Amino acid sequence: MIELIAEYWKSFLFSDGDTLTGLAMTLWLLVASIAMGFVLSLPLAILRVSRWGVLRWPVQLFTYVFRGTPLYIQLLICYSGIYGVAVVRSQPLLEAFFRDAMNCTLLAFTLNTCSYTVEIFAGAIRSIPYGEIEAAHAYGLRGWRLYLQLILPSALRRALPYYSNEVILMLHATSVAFTATIPDILKIARDANAATFMTFQAFGIAGLLYLVLSLGLVGAFRLAEKRWLSFLGPAQ
Amino acid sequence: MYKLTVENLYKRFGDNEVLKGVSLNARAGDVVSMIGASGSGKSTMLRCINFLERADEGAIALDGERVLTRQGVGGMRVTNPKQLQRLRTRLAMVFQHFNLWSHLTVLENIVLAPCRVLGMSRKTAEVSARAYLDKVGLPQRVADQYPAFLSGGQQQRVAIARALAVEPEILLFDEPTSALDPELVGEVLKVIQGLAEEGRTMLMVTHEMGFARQVSSQVLFLHQGRVEEQGDATILDRPTSERLQQFLSGRLK
Repeated sequence: MIELIAEYWKSFLFSDGDTLTGLAMTLWLLVASIAMGFVLSLPLAILRVSRWGVLRWPVQLFTYVFRGTPLYIQLLICYSGIYGVAVVRSQPLLEAFFRDAMNCTLLAFTLNTCSYTVEIFAGAIRSIPYGEIEAAHAYGLRGWRLYLQLILPSALRRALPYYSNEVILMLHATSVAFTATIPDILKIARDANAATFMTFQAFGIAGLLYLVLSLGLVGAFRLAEKRWLSFLGPAQ
Repeated sequence: MYKLTVENLYKRFGDNEVLKGVSLNARAGDVVSMIGASGSGKSTMLRCINFLERADEGAIALDGERVLTRQGVGGMRVTNPKQLQRLRTRLAMVFQHFNLWSHLTVLENIVLAPCRVLGMSRKTAEVSARAYLDKVGLPQRVADQYPAFLSGGQQQRVAIARALAVEPEILLFDEPTSALDPELVGEVLKVIQGLAEEGRTMLMVTHEMGFARQVSSQVLFLHQGRVEEQGDATILDRPTSERLQQFLSGRLK
């Protein structure tokens, strides 16, 4: 156990001396995909609740496909599937993008978390009492200002508890990244296991690291809810 | 000249014709009460005036200037969205269920429209917001609270402060006390009465007959989408139409 830790603690935490690995890599995957997924999901969530089917249906199809298939398959398609297509390889720009494992992984993760986030935010937008929207109309707020200044701030707060769940699930989902050769926590654990056969210890350490990360996320979201969700009333 | 004229509004929801040609003329300083049984169309009429509901036919004019509309799906639309926006800040609405923005504090509720729609600076808006809180009889400490922490009567008074903050020419009240516990009705009516005494132009849908009698310069009795009887507040004491007599004696309530 001691030898394993002595040998691999650096790799588990931040670097194998060459690239970002372990905890740091997992965090990077999480932060990058969550951040990009969040930004993408805001406009998509607005389209998702649109009155017009032409705007709503494509988003619905997107979230259906990405929520309807396992992340693992999405990653495999992004990482090996797309690169296998001749057209992609003949385009220099696409070729360069899909040759890089990190690009493929972040693409798959971002689209996946984005699809769930769209549904969470769309649900939150629909949960705003209609009277509040009507009051906004009655006071002359309209168009993008209505969304930017009233609907989104309200919806994002209402979505917090559900969104925090998505972030934690996404943290655990990043563990499939090792299949695309990304050296995240699980990849290091597998390397350590393969080298030492100390299976329980190697994966135990990985599990502990995920636990610590989850604890941090739960704490951060609890603070955020205290700050932004107290408007729901004394009973909350 | 009339401050507000409403001519021949028609509105139907599917097969249900809710307004069958109602009209209204209000001078500056008038307090117009609209009374009638549930379903008589009084709330719909009020909501058509600021286009929260789109009438099928009719005309609305403010200070003699007609709001330009065109026929669209689901009723008349205001041709120019800017004009609609302007119109809506000249007519401020107070709702039955308050409809305060629950994720904003009381102060933020009051300054939102002045800042975001009228372009007032945040500082000026906050100073006047606090003055409006005084005016509706709320202590300054509620300024930083969320609406959910206030009583219904306090919430409705915040809603009135929010309406006053856009410095409207006409206040529209849609059954402002109907959702309140009986013991909270008085505090809200007192505020509205104060506003009436200031000479503000107000349109009010109400079930409070005693209050309507006290503050109204004009009373409209609606029945099945038509103005059945109208006049000054004395029609509440000496109704001429049979319908209003029945309504006031409580048989049609």
